[in-house]
Amino acid sequence: MASTTAVGSRGGRASAPERRVARRRPQFRFSAARSYLGIAIIVIFCLAPFYWMVVTAFRNVGYTFDTTPWPTHVTLDNFRTAFSTSLGNHFGRALLNSAIIGVCTTLLAVAAGCFAAYAIARLDFRGKYLVLGVVLGASMFPGVALLTPLFQLFTNIHWIGGYQALIIPDISFALPLTVYTLTAFFAEMPWELEEAAVVDGCTPGQAFRKVLLPLAAPGLFTTAILAFISSWNEYLLASELSNDKTQPVTVAVAQFTGSQPHQDPYTAVMAAGTIVTIPLVIMVLLLQRRIVAGLTAGGVKG
Amino acid sequence: MSVTSGVSANDKAEQQAQAPAPERKRGSSLHRGEGRRGIFLVAPTIILLAVVIGYPVVKAIVMSFQKDPGLDKATGMFVSGGSAGFSNYTHWLLQRCGTASCPPGTLGSEFWDSVTTTFFFTAATVVIEVILGMWMALVMNRAFRGRGVLRASVLVPWAIPTAITAKLWYFIFAYDGIANHILHTHILWTGGAWASRFAIIIADVWKTTPFIALLILAGLQVIPAETYEAARVDGANSWQRFTKVTLPLVRPALMVAILFRTLDALRIYDLPAILTGGGGGTGHATTTLSILVVDQIRSGFNSAAALSTLTFLLIFLVAFIFVKFLGAHVVQTQQRQQKGTI
Repeated sequence: MASTTAVGSRGGRASAPERRVARRRPQFRFSAARSYLGIAIIVIFCLAPFYWMVVTAFRNVGYTFDTTPWPTHVTLDNFRTAFSTSLGNHFGRALLNSAIIGVCTTLLAVAAGCFAAYAIARLDFRGKYLVLGVVLGASMFPGVALLTPLFQLFTNIHWIGGYQALIIPDISFALPLTVYTLTAFFAEMPWELEEAAVVDGCTPGQAFRKVLLPLAAPGLFTTAILAFISSWNEYLLASELSNDKTQPVTVAVAQFTGSQPHQDPYTAVMAAGTIVTIPLVIMVLLLQRRIVAGLTAGGVKG
Repeated sequence: MSVTSGVSANDKAEQQAQAPAPERKRGSSLHRGEGRRGIFLVAPTIILLAVVIGYPVVKAIVMSFQKDPGLDKATGMFVSGGSAGFSNYTHWLLQRCGTASCPPGTLGSEFWDSVTTTFFFTAATVVIEVILGMWMALVMNRAFRGRGVLRASVLVPWAIPTAITAKLWYFIFAYDGIANHILHTHILWTGGAWASRFAIIIADVWKTTPFIALLILAGLQVIPAETYEAARVDGANSWQRFTKVTLPLVRPALMVAILFRTLDALRIYDLPAILTGGGGGTGHATTTLSILVVDQIRSGFNSAAALSTLTFLLIFLVAFIFVKFLGAHVVQTQQRQQKGTI
């Protein structure tokens, strides 16, 4: 992405890239083949397990351990099983729970985080680096250290079984992530536009709302996606702080029970996993450039 | 901070800020009252973080010095709490249960084992992921065609929730599953002690290596092509170009990636908890510190609070060592990366 254009633009001193190509031509085919081999290995490494999940999700339960590498015995039964509540699973409700928790967490984190990120990226104020340090420290904070006090507190005030018991702890990692990623986005936006708006008579608040916010919209959207994914994927806190009514999909899938004890309902779990993953994969494919930019700018956790 | 002192401090800060950066003066109307506005704007974030992180941390520390309700080992009487001094900490660190040492099989006796397990997972996954990730980043950096496909496929393992990843590998590593089929083996991947550890490492490497590769790639992309050109003109072969040009220049980005990844690996929970049911092998071959905390919550909050505080301190210590001695300058690296000066 960047380096091709960088080479192109820097190659204003024209002949350098050409000279390289000319001199390296005999090696070219070998290095190209090696490059394609590398690409193929990476793509297979990343996609093969995911492919296996999708293939199994569509495979008849009687052929769970069929090792044919392409789809065989295709059926939609596993998806029906995944959504069925007769075995004590609440996958449908869990999907809804995850969406509610994710959206609330994201809105709160972006609402608070965009102001902080703006201040850190644009303003000089005392304690700025302290704030940045606190945010960074918070983003590396182990979730398990929050679990004990929150579990005791939420049990005492009867919050287990409420969405707030899941949204509040999610803020602890979604907010630092938001501030961090947005700071990187804001820092890259042009100062001059904001100053021009002020010269033209906007108050700093108006300059932020009318000039910067529309420019920042892509960054805000990407950050919101990252925050949503982080909340959607959370498991540790949710597994302890939720009950049957509020459990998110990660917990529901992890605790999925089959029709017989001691027999894992592999195909139904793979179907459930496919449903949970497909929206994320589509989002990632559509927004890959932005997400990579956001991830590497913020250096967030995986 | 009182309002007046805040204002005067801001004025000073503004004078200092303006001295080395005279070009800022153009926007002086914008920068007036910047200090107060800055603090006002970061306040919601700081307050939220204080509520969701600060309060639980302080509460955990307070809890960790209190006794769990239960039978007092020394007197045989029921105690409903009270100050415990450091006994919750000595319970874990010295494996003391009351006045005797903890019998095998109790959670208290597992502390050092789970510290070892956690560090083993961290070392193994970080080393493998950084080496593999470096190779992936080099391939991606060289690839001019197929970049879109690469980027898209690399993001797939990252996007899948870890809980789903664990279930997916649980299926792959099933006794009749595809892993044993491909390897022509009959390994009880989620049963044996070392087999289950390897299963977790493999699943974690699959899930996280692409993310490391993206972080390293971002560092690689800001290395100017001329640097390689110059090295090549000077007669450096590709290995020399890698060790003498790429590695030193990518080092800041690499250190940050390793720091983030290490701290993330130290709190590993989802994979061992789901893939091997928190046990593996004889019952605690894959019990990490996070799993031990969750187990302990069931049998006593205050002791669990001491354990989670220990976990937190351990991670803090590792982060400190990284920043202090290994030169992982997170903030500077981020800023230089944004300016494209690395």
